Amino acid sequence: MTPEALQEVAKAEQDALAKQPQRIGVCTAAGCLSCKSGDVLKNLQTALDRRADVPYKAVGVGCMGLCARGPLVSVEPQGLLYENITTADIPALVDSLAAKPMKEKQSDLGMPFFKRQIKVVLDQFDKIQPERLESYLAHGGYEALMNCVAHRSPGDILDMVKRSGLRGRGGGGYPTGLKWETVAKARGDRKFVICNADEGDPGAFMDRSVLECAPHRILEGMAIAGYAIGASAGYLYVRAEYPLAVQRLKLAIRQAEKFGLLGDHICGSSFSFKVEIRLGAGAFVCGEETALIASIEGRRGQPRPRPPYPAEKGLWGFPTLINNVETFANIPAILVKTPEWFASMGTEQSKGTKVFALAGKIQNTGLIEVPMGISLREIVLEMGGGAPEGHTIKAVQTGGPSGGCIPAEHFDISVDYESLRKMGSIMGSGGMIVMDETSSMVDVARFFMEFCKSESCGKCVPCRVGTPQLYELIERIRARRGTRRDIARMESLCEMVRTTSLCGLGQTAPNPLLSTLKYFRHEYEELLVDEPEETRT
Amino acid sequence: MSAPAKPAPLTNEEKRWRLVEVVMRRYGFSGDALIEALHAVQETYGFIDEESMRKVAVALNLPLSKVYGVATFYHFFHLKPKGRHTCVVCMGTACYIKGADAIMQKLAAEFGIKDGETTPDDHLSVMTARCVGSCGLAPAIVLDQQVLGHIGPDQIVQHIKELES
Repeated sequence: MTPEALQEVAKAEQDALAKQPQRIGVCTAAGCLSCKSGDVLKNLQTALDRRADVPYKAVGVGCMGLCARGPLVSVEPQGLLYENITTADIPALVDSLAAKPMKEKQSDLGMPFFKRQIKVVLDQFDKIQPERLESYLAHGGYEALMNCVAHRSPGDILDMVKRSGLRGRGGGGYPTGLKWETVAKARGDRKFVICNADEGDPGAFMDRSVLECAPHRILEGMAIAGYAIGASAGYLYVRAEYPLAVQRLKLAIRQAEKFGLLGDHICGSSFSFKVEIRLGAGAFVCGEETALIASIEGRRGQPRPRPPYPAEKGLWGFPTLINNVETFANIPAILVKTPEWFASMGTEQSKGTKVFALAGKIQNTGLIEVPMGISLREIVLEMGGGAPEGHTIKAVQTGGPSGGCIPAEHFDISVDYESLRKMGSIMGSGGMIVMDETSSMVDVARFFMEFCKSESCGKCVPCRVGTPQLYELIERIRARRGTRRDIARMESLCEMVRTTSLCGLGQTAPNPLLSTLKYFRHEYEELLVDEPEETRT
Repeated sequence: MSAPAKPAPLTNEEKRWRLVEVVMRRYGFSGDALIEALHAVQETYGFIDEESMRKVAVALNLPLSKVYGVATFYHFFHLKPKGRHTCVVCMGTACYIKGADAIMQKLAAEFGIKDGETTPDDHLSVMTARCVGSCGLAPAIVLDQQVLGHIGPDQIVQHIKELES
């Protein structure tokens, strides 16, 4: 399709929206769906069909963030948000449309959880219908891609991404513009774009939400990347454990191909780009670039030493760009709203916004998008609403198995790549698990070490042998059989695993242990027993 | 998430294998298709047995050792048949903090099976998942493909007991 024809499709959709402003949006992301929001949507549609006096239309929309209180339902044009809506609430909900809002089910949109958010990646999730390309188009979707192929050179785009200061959202924080430029400059007959959607961190569900709610935003970001670096094929490596995301991505690819936004000659230009889905099969180590490539090639997901970096020798030996879901999702907005707008948010080193998944012992579990540089206190205590009644928050774990625990007394730190690293944790992909006084930090460290031990791919010795040893040591301490020497042993072993492992998994595996030892040493010490003199000579 | 396995009636065997072949053909029977082929096997049969691995190895012209290596490397692939019902306990951080461990203990006490095991009468399989991505509902389980959130050990046992045999 030509850009003009696409604009007409968008216009028609916008007109339909203007004609029918009375809409009820039901969240159809995985969290709410598992609370039966699918039934709510279906029943609501039937109920509204029967009521000719109520001019509302019910549609399935994306994630509205407050997952703990799902299913969430929004009412337009009033701008209301209802929580915990079940099929039993539908008659009352339909009746309330012509009368007063249902006070007892209404969310307070003025609370910090909603007020403090700035949405770039999650922008308009409450309006876009995930399974319709037309809906994404009507909300400004594919504008960036159409503009790129018609008016911009690849060099322009590289320059814009660089100026935006965007850094990789998968955890590493490598400057995206620089990465793109390296691949663009690399020599190869073919080049590839890979989207890493193998969200492996336990406790993180940001990417899942983006994949499920705005699959087209990711495809658009990938296509723009392909244009900028000179690639004509892309792979979406997505977890098989996310069946809904896989289904919606497949649908989105088919739709985009039909509309000429993927495939040969995108929007009538000379640029062609195809996207294929590859299913992950449950291996945390595949978050490592070289392991992910091995997996796409049909092999075991084992990393290899770098250099050569994938930017030079990646998939099948060709230059390959790998970015995370959230990184790609930022790209369309950067191009449409200008890099300077993006760079105006965040801190000196960390620009833009970041999506976090708040979970654990916290009131408002869910997804939030906040500008970088916000304090942990604001996120956890104000937006998250603090611990459940009668409890106090002890620490927050960021960065999953590669990250660390930050104690409550340090909650004033700014959330950006450098500050978190200084605290012994990492930004990671954005999972934030909150722990209260009932959680034992030794237990948490043991949990992550068990994870790393079983996820170690077995290729290099420090990780394969070191992580089970560390696990045994924690286990011994937890079982009240450990001594002071075991702590010292643990610390030196951590250092060895950290410095000598081949890939990121091993290098960061000691982080949860080291950070809990640093801030919660007393919890370990309380479990120690005295050295039995005669056996330890 | 794959469908629970049912005993395969032999007459349909060829029909079923064709589903796997379609996937391999899409990739031109190249070795790169191995993981996709194993996904197809598991989706069709519920698990991956030695017979299927041999057939995939021949079709893709790969050594059987490589097929076995890949099938055992990834957690998502099961080499043993599952029971009629499956209970996947999420062991993600959020669920762990909220007591997933207690759920596993309760299931072990009640049904005598641990992670990856099936009851002798093939009624129930218990498995764990790294994270089902429903952290907002922690602790969560997936019982026969349906996510149940905010759920305690006793309620789970009750749900399982209510399943028809």
